[in-house]
Amino acid sequence: MPDNKPGIKEYLNRTLEALLPLLGLPLALLLGAVMLLALKVNPLTAYSAMLEGAVGSGYAISVTLIKATPLLLVGLGIVIAYRGGVVNIGGEGQLIVGALAATALSIGMSAWPRWALLPMSLIVGVLAGAVWGSVPGLLKSRIGVNEILSTVMMNSIALQFSNFLLRGPMIDPAELEAGTRIAQSALLPEQVWLTRMAPPIRLHSGAILAVVMAFLVYIFLWRTTIGYRIRAVGLNPHASRYAGIPVPFYQALCLILGGSFAGLAGAVEVMGLHHRMMEGVSSGYGFSGIVAALFGKLHPLGAIPASVLFGGLLVGGNQMQRAVQVPSALIDAILGLVVLFVVSADIYSRKRARRREING
Amino acid sequence: MAELFTLTTLFGILTSGIRLATPYLYAAIGETFAQCSGVLNLGVDGIMLMGAYSGFYVAMKSGNLWLGLLAAAVTGILMGLLMALVSVTLQAQQGISGIGLQLFGLGLSTLLFKTTLGGVESIAGFARIKIPLLGDIPYIGDAFFNHNILVYCAFLLVPLANWVLNRTTFGLKVRAVGQNPKAADTLGVNVTLIRYITVTLGGMLAGIAGASLSIALINLFQENMTSGMGFIAVALVYFGSWRPIGVMWGALLFSFINALQLWIQVLGIPLPSDIAVMLPYILTILALTFAANRASTPAALTKPFERGEA
Repeated sequence: MPDNKPGIKEYLNRTLEALLPLLGLPLALLLGAVMLLALKVNPLTAYSAMLEGAVGSGYAISVTLIKATPLLLVGLGIVIAYRGGVVNIGGEGQLIVGALAATALSIGMSAWPRWALLPMSLIVGVLAGAVWGSVPGLLKSRIGVNEILSTVMMNSIALQFSNFLLRGPMIDPAELEAGTRIAQSALLPEQVWLTRMAPPIRLHSGAILAVVMAFLVYIFLWRTTIGYRIRAVGLNPHASRYAGIPVPFYQALCLILGGSFAGLAGAVEVMGLHHRMMEGVSSGYGFSGIVAALFGKLHPLGAIPASVLFGGLLVGGNQMQRAVQVPSALIDAILGLVVLFVVSADIYSRKRARRREING
Repeated sequence: MAELFTLTTLFGILTSGIRLATPYLYAAIGETFAQCSGVLNLGVDGIMLMGAYSGFYVAMKSGNLWLGLLAAAVTGILMGLLMALVSVTLQAQQGISGIGLQLFGLGLSTLLFKTTLGGVESIAGFARIKIPLLGDIPYIGDAFFNHNILVYCAFLLVPLANWVLNRTTFGLKVRAVGQNPKAADTLGVNVTLIRYITVTLGGMLAGIAGASLSIALINLFQENMTSGMGFIAVALVYFGSWRPIGVMWGALLFSFINALQLWIQVLGIPLPSDIAVMLPYILTILALTFAANRASTPAALTKPFERGEA
């Protein structure tokens, strides 16, 4: 019975194991088509509008990549947290405070030259996200507060905090003068704007930064001692504790790092894309970043294509809403289904791993 | 005159606090069952949204509020079954699958809202029922004995849930499955079945919680109208140490703070409303912090069960 030579069957099984979670997307799209049919919309029309909007032209592709940038950055934070065995649902709030902090610094210090202000604004965004992640992190490591719930609450607090600042202290003075009072900050000084790669297309250097970060996270997790310990804690906290790894410390670190990446995403969004802080700066990236991270098999490099894919889905959804009047909320429902499918498909890999153990 | 005003305000806060506690109570009591059996259903918010939508839609189209309530309950049951399938049978990681369910419920309810209703409309929801005699007591009558039927039922649900969990064989099985599924299985308790029942029951109550918003409390449906209430309901279960009575106190405390926050705005007290709205969430984090030390967490919470596994 024990057969250690990987035969054709074993090879097929391994391929299936790798591909099975990826089937979640076509399955979810199929169910989405059923919903569309129920709403008396031709799924082919809707989906072709979506495809057109996501990759139909050079411009469409650039918009997809712009959307993919925050997804990837948030997703990297999710990957680190997940590898360390903690769940970070707080990307949304961490992104918002990162964007707020970067905005506040760059407007407040607008006299600084580019070489100082631009990196400082990014760093302040990272730090703000880290602080926001450290609250659930410390509560988890010191007192054992469930991080899933505390990160969700931190999202709401960040959102209200941002609403407060954008309607009061941080509102664009021009809005006050004009009496329109749109809740947004003043324009960021030009020296912190991230370089656009091919103007007038709005694709900015933040996309490159995100990809570089993905490689750095890969090196961090698989080539450094801290990364090794994070993965050890995630795989088996008990064994890690016996090996002398301070598990609570690494769990807190994971949430702080997760927050840092979401904070960076926020800074990049305001400095690269909007050039000001506004309401809805996050528009759900904290959650869609989870989907991208999961779909990338919780690997930093896998998150790159996954975030492009889901960036395209979000952009295509907007196009679908404009072209055939199907609300883009359909995309949220599809994203939810993808999550359900991907986490459900895990059972197959686990069962196989167990069989391998038993069969030696 | 100033004193009378204060009394009116205080009882106003009490009245709206009791009313606001209703959706939290349904959702959190349902979640208590699920968590006691070892399943963390983080998708309560998505189920509430679907319940709120279906309850509203059916009530509006049929003109029958009870049919609306039934639709919300059935929707909740279906979503609960989906969660049970994913987290019990397929043993998916519960924190993440709950987020999936929440996204799905949020997306689908918004999609349906935009395609079938188009805009915000309101209906006449469940009317208030004044309890004879008791309801005529000044102040107290309005605060406690003049609510719609769903409010009364929510508070009756608390002792009922307490009795079921602590005094019935089913409740004992639920707690056994949540503490030590392996031992329960050895003694012949069907772990999978118990968890399916509790998660589905939790789903049904979350659906009703949604309807209690859309056809009894606010009487309209709008996009993402729960704005995270389901997550707070999940936190309330931790706060109440997995006991229905504790959950009720948590829900009341929470909704009083919420009511206070609303009244602060009504009375024009100069506290920025965005800051006031933050209060409940900060309170929840504090509550979780204080609740974290208690050792009553079901030992098998979030741990899937597989027969014959070490």
